[in-house]
Amino acid sequence: MPAAATVSEAPAPARAWLARPRSGGTLLLAALVALAPLALPNNYAYEIAIQVALNAVVCIGLNLLIGYAGQISLGHAGFFALGGYASAILASRYGVPVWLSLPGACAVVGLLAWLLGRPTLRLKGHPLAMATLGLGVIISIAITTEDRWTGGPDGMQVPPLVLFGLAVQGEQVWYWITGALLVATVWLALNLIDSPNGRALRALHGSEVAAQTLGIDCARFKLQVFTLSAMLAALAGALTAHYAGFITPAKATFLHSVELVIMVVFGGMASVFGAVVGAAVMTVLPQLLTALKDYEMMVFGAVLVATMVLFPQGLVPTLARWWGGRPQ
Amino acid sequence: MGAAWLQFVASGLTTGAIYALVALGFTIVFNASGAINFAQGEFVMVGGMSAATLAAAGVPLPLAILLAVAVAVIVALVIERVAIAPARHAGTVTLIIITIGVSLFLRGLAQLVWGKGVFRLPAFSGEEPIAIAGATLLPQSLWVLGGATVAVLALRYFYGRTLAGKAMLATAFNRLAAQLVGINTRAVLFASFGLAALLGAVGGVLIAPIAFTSYDAGIMLGLKGFAAAMLGGLGSFPGAVLGGLVLGLLEGLGAGFVSSAYKDAIAFVVILAVLFFLPGGFLGARSSDRV
Amino acid sequence: MGLSTLSRAAVRPVLAALALAGAAASVQAQEAIRIGAFLSVTGPAAFLGDPELKTLEMYVERINAEGGVLGRKLQLFSYDDAGDAEKARTFAKRLIEQDKVDVIVGGSTTGATMAAVPLAEQSGTPFISLAGAVPIVEPTKKWVFKTPHTDRMACEKIFEDARSRKLSKVALISGSGGFDKSMRAECVKVASKYGVDLVADETYGANDTDMTAQLTKIKASGAQAVLNAGFGQGPAIVTRNYRQVGLTLPLYQSHGVASREYIKLSGPAAEGVRLPAAALLVSDILPANDPQKPVVSNYRKNYEDKFKSDVSTFGGHAYDGLMLAVNAIKAAGSTDKAKVRAALEATKGYVGTGGVVNMNANDHMGLDLTAFRMLEVKDGKWSLAK
Repeated sequence: MPAAATVSEAPAPARAWLARPRSGGTLLLAALVALAPLALPNNYAYEIAIQVALNAVVCIGLNLLIGYAGQISLGHAGFFALGGYASAILASRYGVPVWLSLPGACAVVGLLAWLLGRPTLRLKGHPLAMATLGLGVIISIAITTEDRWTGGPDGMQVPPLVLFGLAVQGEQVWYWITGALLVATVWLALNLIDSPNGRALRALHGSEVAAQTLGIDCARFKLQVFTLSAMLAALAGALTAHYAGFITPAKATFLHSVELVIMVVFGGMASVFGAVVGAAVMTVLPQLLTALKDYEMMVFGAVLVATMVLFPQGLVPTLARWWGGRPQ
Repeated sequence: MGAAWLQFVASGLTTGAIYALVALGFTIVFNASGAINFAQGEFVMVGGMSAATLAAAGVPLPLAILLAVAVAVIVALVIERVAIAPARHAGTVTLIIITIGVSLFLRGLAQLVWGKGVFRLPAFSGEEPIAIAGATLLPQSLWVLGGATVAVLALRYFYGRTLAGKAMLATAFNRLAAQLVGINTRAVLFASFGLAALLGAVGGVLIAPIAFTSYDAGIMLGLKGFAAAMLGGLGSFPGAVLGGLVLGLLEGLGAGFVSSAYKDAIAFVVILAVLFFLPGGFLGARSSDRV
Repeated sequence: MGLSTLSRAAVRPVLAALALAGAAASVQAQEAIRIGAFLSVTGPAAFLGDPELKTLEMYVERINAEGGVLGRKLQLFSYDDAGDAEKARTFAKRLIEQDKVDVIVGGSTTGATMAAVPLAEQSGTPFISLAGAVPIVEPTKKWVFKTPHTDRMACEKIFEDARSRKLSKVALISGSGGFDKSMRAECVKVASKYGVDLVADETYGANDTDMTAQLTKIKASGAQAVLNAGFGQGPAIVTRNYRQVGLTLPLYQSHGVASREYIKLSGPAAEGVRLPAAALLVSDILPANDPQKPVVSNYRKNYEDKFKSDVSTFGGHAYDGLMLAVNAIKAAGSTDKAKVRAALEATKGYVGTGGVVNMNANDHMGLDLTAFRMLEVKDGKWSLAK
């Protein structure tokens, strides 16, 4: 009687399926999300986990733009904050139920990104960086100044998400929501990359001119990715607002945009899991460095420089290369 | 009302000259490496803070300025060796992140060394405002404007007439070709960082009497300086000065005539409009892609 | 040696060891009192958070050196939120959930404070805020208190003074930060109560270096006095530009720049500027019978001796916060949160750097307008305005 097949004797297709990032990787992430609560001792730890998940969602979108499509955005915090404020204003001033104001905010920001993206994405390189930076600053100033709508620099209170008559409050509930969102976003992003649209994006990154000669409508793809990443940022921003119960313009500043880009580049461009890792490290690291008090900023800067010098392509791609032993 | 708009212009030129000085530093590093040095604002801050604390400790002003500039240059050269040179083959975005890390490091270091206070230097030639047709200008603003002009002329001479300057230009144009004719491109990058820090530190010293200085003064200056450099045309020295002055004027006139709350937004809207039509800025190269 | 002798010889050292262990255990059982603080030590509000942190650290050390509170040592857990309200909320949560603090003294800015208020209310942790705006204590929240004067009080003190000088047309100029905007809004609300007509309303950015454009517009507005609701370095630049454009109208600043640094940065232009401030800044010229004189002189001496830098009213607010907490713990006889809260609410006649504090169930700040003194810059120094 033959012994039950062990994993190593499992049929080849199953092993191959597990090895692919879209399936195996997503499964691993889902398992991590499901099991992590065993290691989270208190609500503060859950809070950090939620922040990691939401930052990761933004970073996945931003990574699609920077890493795969080869563009740059130094103003993404503007979309994040707009998503939060739009949902907050719709919910508190117009009485729109939050489960409706959330997608509504994403739609509004998506439309804005689509309209602004058309002229902006015709720029390349440094002018594009400057244009996105300018957009972010303009949004930030508008939010801070229009205090009748937004509450000004001290921010505004945001009503909680209400589902089926129950207010969704509490770290543990939100952990599951944001964890599920993260896994879904990772899966979607990996799907996108493997799709014809994704291949077009990667061709665009390789050489925009060559891609055009192959008949790829680069402007359209760039705009699509820009809009998608803006909507992901808006979704994360809106969820953050309803989870925390308030929102301030600090979320729209240039410094926040830079933080997001650091997360993406640190974790690894053109790598969805890199974006997740980058978000995780950059969210947890400041919490660990608080022990250093006055030295925190200096050490953070030094760590950033050292990591980028040693891993110029970001953490995950470089580690993957060492692991795989073959060039990517 | 006639004097009012003249005052708006004077105010704009004062801030514009500050931005021009910072923008020049961006241009130098860009010309040498094609990268944006987001730590340029911090070089300005280091120059201003060093001079202010030395002067407060009793060091005579000219010596304090000299020492301050020297400090900034040494810091910049060390950073170039440690953080920039090892990564010079990395992509542009990576280099940007590295310079951001450097700026964080310098800010953290400044906070430790000098604390979080705000400092100023005494004005170089007195505090009496100069009245021109009803508007007033501080003598220090003229120093800043003069400093920017002298800097542009000096850089023009350096890049145009000296061998070292020409070597830098050649490296910016085509690194491989420059190496082939025997130019030490690593030394060029090294020197250009020092030069950018020199300029930045001088700028920091010149503006400390009117704009004050503190450990985090570099953030906004870096941002506006970058915007000014882009507006005027990245890579062009007259462009950097022009971009700085125009940005300052936009802010001053915007504050005066439209809304003081939105003046920065107005300035950025104009910059975006210019970039959409002239991606290279006013005086930047009309770029053509190599296919 | 018989067994009994041996055992008797052994008993004494064992008993002694047990006694020592018991003493050690009882000392260990005297757990430290945990004070939590989240402050804006860096960032745009470092002006506030830096002296606050220094003050808290210095006085926790001093109190511990004098034997602690209720025989227990104080342990300070402090975090820097860099002026970001979201970070403040995370740190407040960390203090409550992970560090399990008994009382929180913190929240340098209104944004940071308001972000942490729901956490304090839900977890039932006494929270003494160090921020200025009115909404922190109006409407009164059960667990939230504050030590600084409200910005509304600053406006009222200034307008009161303006009215006494027969100035009714006032021009406002303020910055874009939370403190500035909040004070500006309060001034707009209370102006008419004092017969003040606001004829101009200019703003500037936090990092701006030239405000002559805005001041030129104010010059043309027919104002009789100017009020600069701001803090940080902006007001110093406004003051310099003020003289530069030739304005000689009375200039009022906010309590946010009640510091010697403001005078140093503004130079001779600051002469004649008035602002409302706590007695701390003029401790040396207070009359001997002023009830605040001993407290403020003491605090000032300790701070300036240790840190070799000028005392700050914001550090004074942190001192008051810590002392109120310590006094409440002593009055409650334990760190039981409900008892401490009740003791805080019952504070009467506490003489602090900010004034004399009398709290009750509807007033979790406890200061009135007399806690503010109107100061004027004379000969490059702060003096009491006549």
